[in-house]
Amino acid sequence: MSDFEAILKAYAAAGGNPEFLKSPKVGSLVISGNQVLGLNAIPGLDVQADPVPDGVRVAVRVAPAARIETPVHLCFGVIPEEGVQRILVDYEVGAGASIEFLAHCTFPNALRVQHVMQGTVHVGPAATMRYSEVHYHGETGGIEVLPRLQIRVDEGGRYFSSFSQTKGRAGRIDLDYTVDVDREALAELTAKALGYADDQITVRETIRLNGEGARGLARSRIAVRDRARSEVLATTEGNAPFARGHVDCVEIVRGQAVANAVPVVRVTDDRAQVTHEAAIGTVGKKELETLMSRGLAEDEAVDIIVRGMLG
Amino acid sequence: MRQQTRPGPDQALLQVTDLHVTRDGRPILRGVNLTVMEGSIHAVLGLNGSGKSTLAYALIGSAGYALQRGEIRLAGEEITPLSITERGRLGLTLAWQEPARFEGLTVERYVSLGMREPDLQHVRQALIAVALDPDDYLHRYVDESLSGGERKRVELAAVYAMRPRLAILDEPDSGIDILTLEDISKLIRRMQREGTTVLLISHRDEVVAIADAASLMCEGQIQTTGDPRHVCDRYARCCRPCDRAQKVETELDYERL
Repeated sequence: MSDFEAILKAYAAAGGNPEFLKSPKVGSLVISGNQVLGLNAIPGLDVQADPVPDGVRVAVRVAPAARIETPVHLCFGVIPEEGVQRILVDYEVGAGASIEFLAHCTFPNALRVQHVMQGTVHVGPAATMRYSEVHYHGETGGIEVLPRLQIRVDEGGRYFSSFSQTKGRAGRIDLDYTVDVDREALAELTAKALGYADDQITVRETIRLNGEGARGLARSRIAVRDRARSEVLATTEGNAPFARGHVDCVEIVRGQAVANAVPVVRVTDDRAQVTHEAAIGTVGKKELETLMSRGLAEDEAVDIIVRGMLG
Repeated sequence: MRQQTRPGPDQALLQVTDLHVTRDGRPILRGVNLTVMEGSIHAVLGLNGSGKSTLAYALIGSAGYALQRGEIRLAGEEITPLSITERGRLGLTLAWQEPARFEGLTVERYVSLGMREPDLQHVRQALIAVALDPDDYLHRYVDESLSGGERKRVELAAVYAMRPRLAILDEPDSGIDILTLEDISKLIRRMQREGTTVLLISHRDEVVAIADAASLMCEGQIQTTGDPRHVCDRYARCCRPCDRAQKVETELDYERL
C-alpha cells in the first residue's frame, strides 16, 4: 500500500471522505508525517506546503472577497507507531472573503506519536472562516496532540472553530487557543472530546473581546471515564463597550475519572457583559431514568446521552 | 415493549398494595392501594403535594423512591425488585410532568428509542398524533431549543410510539400551549384503543372526565376509587377547600435525588 493509500484509509477511519481529496474541483491538502502527499489549490485559495525535518510549514492565503463555496479538505496524519509531526500553520483570510476548512487528523497506530499544530490565523475585515477539526487517535492512547493557535479576527469578521475527538482514545490532548476579537467581530470556539483509560484532556481557550460590539462564545463538551482526566480553562475578557461573551462548559464524569473546569470571566469595560456556565458531574438522573424507563440498559442510556452531547 | 402473556379483559394489570415511600425521613406514600384494570384509562386525582408524582416514580422504580413497605404487581408478576430498565422492558413507562432535555439527540431518535422495531413511519405517526409536523420536528434536537409545550408533546409522542403496556402520564396537559385538552383526550383514547392501559395523573378534574375509573389521592393515600364523576365530585367538595396537603412533591424534590 502506498503512503497516499495508507493515509486515505486512515482519513476514512477518521470520518473523512477520500473522494474529496482526489477531486480537482475541491481544495485539499494531504500531509503524512512530514510529506506533502497531495495539494490542490483552487481559484481564490493559495496553499504553500514546505516540509521541515519533523513536519510541514503550511501557508494558506484566501484572496480578498473570494467566496469559496465548497469546503476545503485537509488531512494530517501519522501512520507509523512512532513519530513527531509538527504542522506550522499560517492562515490569512482576506477582507470580505469566506471559506470553510474541514480537517481530519488521524493517528490510528500511535504508540508514541506527537502531533503539534502551531501557528496563527488572521481573519480579515468582514471575512468569515470556519474551521472544523476532527481527530481519530485509534485505541492505543499513545498519542500526544498539541494544537496551539493565535487567532485574530478583524472588524466585522467571523471565526468559527470546532475541535472534535469523540471516537477512540484521546491519549493526551492539550489544546491552547487564544482569540483577539475586534469591533463587531465574532469568535466561536467549540471543543468536544471523549477520554477513557488514562487519557488526559486539557482545553485552554482565551477569547479577548477587544472591539466595541465584539462577541465571543467558548463552548466545551467533554466526557471522561475510567481514570481519565479533563480540565477546561476558559477565559473570556470583555475589554470594550457592548462586547458580549459567554463560556459554556459541560463535563460528564464516570468511574474514577476527574474533571475540572475553571471559567474565568474578566471585564474591563463597564458596558461589556460576559457570562459563564459550567456543569460537571455524572449523567443527570432524570435524563438517565427517562431513557431507562423506555427499556434501555443504564450503559446504553449513558452512551446515548454522552454521544448526543459530543455530537 | 409488550409482554407476550396478557391478562384478559376485566382483569387487573396493575395492583399496588400497601405502598409506603419515605423521603428525607418524611412519609410521602402512606399505604397506597390501587388496582388498574387492563385496557382502562384510570385517573389519579389529587392536589399538588398529595403524593401523585411520588407514586409515579415509585411505580417505575426511580432511584430514591424505594419502597419501605408494599408490593407492586404488573399482570400478576411482582415487579417490586425489578430495575427501572426491567420495568420499562415489561412495558411500564412514564411521561414526565417536566420532561428532561437531551443535547444532540434528535426528535426522531428520541421518539424511536422505546420502540421494539424502530421505523420512521411509526415515528412520524406518533408526532402527528401530538399535533407536531414531522417534517418540522424530526431533525430538531430534544434540547433547550424546544419550548416547554413542544418538549411535552415530544414526550407524549415517545410514550405513544413505545406502545407500552402501562403508560403513566403525569399531568399530561400541564405546560402545553397548543395541544388542547381535546387533543390530549384523543391521544389517550387512541393509546387505549391500541392496547395501552393508561394511568392518568392530574390535579384537574376536567382531565379525569375521559377516564373509565378514577382514584382520589390525599396525603399519600388513595381515599376512594370509583366512577370518575363521583370522584370528581368528592374532589371538588372535599379537596379543593382543603389546604392540608404539604408541598412535598415537586420536580425539585425529584432532581435533588
